[in-house]
Amino acid sequence: MKSSKPVSERVIEGFIHASAAVAIVALVMIFVFIGKEALPVLTSPAVRKEASVAKLFLPQSPGAGQPAKFSWQPVSKVPKYSLWPLFVGTIKATLVAMIFAIPLALGAALFTSEFSPDWLKEIVKPVIELLAAIPSVVLGFLALIVTASAVQRYFGLDFRLNTINTGIALALAVVPIVYTVSEDALSAVPTAFRQGSIALGATPWQTAWRVVVPAAFPGLFAACVLGFGRAIGETMIVLMASGNAAVLSWNPGDPFRSLSATVAAELGEVVKGSPHYHVLFFIGVLLFIFTFLINFAGQQFVGRLKEKLTGAR
Amino acid sequence: MFKRLHLSFLIFVSTFLRAGETITVKGSDTMVILNQRWAETYMAGHPGIVIQVTGGGSGTGISALIAGSTDVCAASRPMKPEEVEQIRRKQGAPPVETPVAKDGVAIYLNASNPVNALSMGQLRSLFTGAAVRWSVVGGEDRRVVLYSRENNSGTYVFFKEHVLKNDDFSDYALTLPGTAGVVNAVSRDPAGIGYGGSSSKTAGIKVCAVRPDDAHPAVLPAEENILSGAYPVSRDLYYYTAPAPKGAVKDFLAWVLSGDGQAVVVRAGYFPVKKKTP
Repeated sequence: MKSSKPVSERVIEGFIHASAAVAIVALVMIFVFIGKEALPVLTSPAVRKEASVAKLFLPQSPGAGQPAKFSWQPVSKVPKYSLWPLFVGTIKATLVAMIFAIPLALGAALFTSEFSPDWLKEIVKPVIELLAAIPSVVLGFLALIVTASAVQRYFGLDFRLNTINTGIALALAVVPIVYTVSEDALSAVPTAFRQGSIALGATPWQTAWRVVVPAAFPGLFAACVLGFGRAIGETMIVLMASGNAAVLSWNPGDPFRSLSATVAAELGEVVKGSPHYHVLFFIGVLLFIFTFLINFAGQQFVGRLKEKLTGAR
Repeated sequence: MFKRLHLSFLIFVSTFLRAGETITVKGSDTMVILNQRWAETYMAGHPGIVIQVTGGGSGTGISALIAGSTDVCAASRPMKPEEVEQIRRKQGAPPVETPVAKDGVAIYLNASNPVNALSMGQLRSLFTGAAVRWSVVGGEDRRVVLYSRENNSGTYVFFKEHVLKNDDFSDYALTLPGTAGVVNAVSRDPAGIGYGGSSSKTAGIKVCAVRPDDAHPAVLPAEENILSGAYPVSRDLYYYTAPAPKGAVKDFLAWVLSGDGQAVVVRAGYFPVKKKTP
């Protein structure tokens, strides 16, 4: 069978297979590289003396006689590499971003797919998607210079560079992703659903909320998960606007230091081969695993929901 | 970023001009501008000599000197004994230390802050997080917002050693890239306090006077106070060479300490060293 294909087709097919393979190989190589650089945290006695896994996750005393606490102070007489402040900071900022982004993005998607006239949709959809084209350094700059003081005044916060302000800038980066995916999901719901609902006497709002949204739910959920992954990995906005203080606090008025911004700020000038260097790669591995698991879990959940909703397979 | 671009351009150009002798200067980011000015002025007067300047931080420069990959290491802190020992082992002789300029680390406050002077002890308790409100040091009753540098900066290390006596910075210290970032942030934050090289001047900030201890008056990081040692938060900037400088490097170092070389220091916003005294 295969031999009956023309040569040109087989060449193209081979090329496409190779392209797919390159992506997979690159992914594996990246993981192997950062994994190799992170491994000394587990294996090298010299590195473990300063930064063992226990030290990354358990509280450490900042000095003789002082109570143990979680802190990220890599340049110190006793270097401290607790990852908790970074974890908490990353999650805190991501949650704030999602609180702002999800209602906005889902609301906009519901509006354009169910309620807006076509001409308006033609304007709104490309404009929101254009948000994704804004470089994150521009959003970061905007948050650092323009919105920080306004947000501080509005919420009455101690810090100009706080989590709420950064979360809003992150939300701007997340909205286009959540919007695009959820809009596609809502539009993919068969028109027959809507016609049936209207025919049974439901109002357009009842149709949208009780019929279209539940049918598109797996897609909407996937949109949120993708947005979450984007927010966790985002570096530039966070690096510029978060204040980068490694504070162990859930208060959204406090500054924070994220995992990704820590790597970005410190990897450039850290001494190669030092415990600090290997810990930064360890953070890279954790970020990698983190986003991978979130996407994987999201997909599994979506799959199960889809089965339930469509009653098929 | 433009500084980097400018530098790489200089390096790019200098690789083509490598007619005569090349001197490499590597190290402290604080000193990059100063090194560059020295290089430009010296090269203008000495055709045939090419000086390549790179930053990367004092630690980077010292590593390069240990590895023998730079002629001159610029450092904003003195070398540690173990670094000297490493050079002695690798190069057969200890490095030669030459103080080439002085720098005062200024304390910046927002122009609206009623506080004008702080003691070293107060600075320490503010930056370690022991005191969290301005009222503790005679200011308004509001939270102190600390602006610090990233932990790979020479200024960060200097401040930590000299002001914090090697204690850790407060976890709530916000870190910003570069003195310009710190100054900018303090100018926008009425509760802000930051530190950085003394050559930065921006609207909306003021430089805080510092009391060395209770027996002495508060002084500003002005030239006479830094040269006399009355200003407590000042430091020497060094050139290190290993082995002992000779040939073109020796000439360059001698010129740096000469009247012409020290005039460049003043133009770059730093303070001259009196010859031969650290």
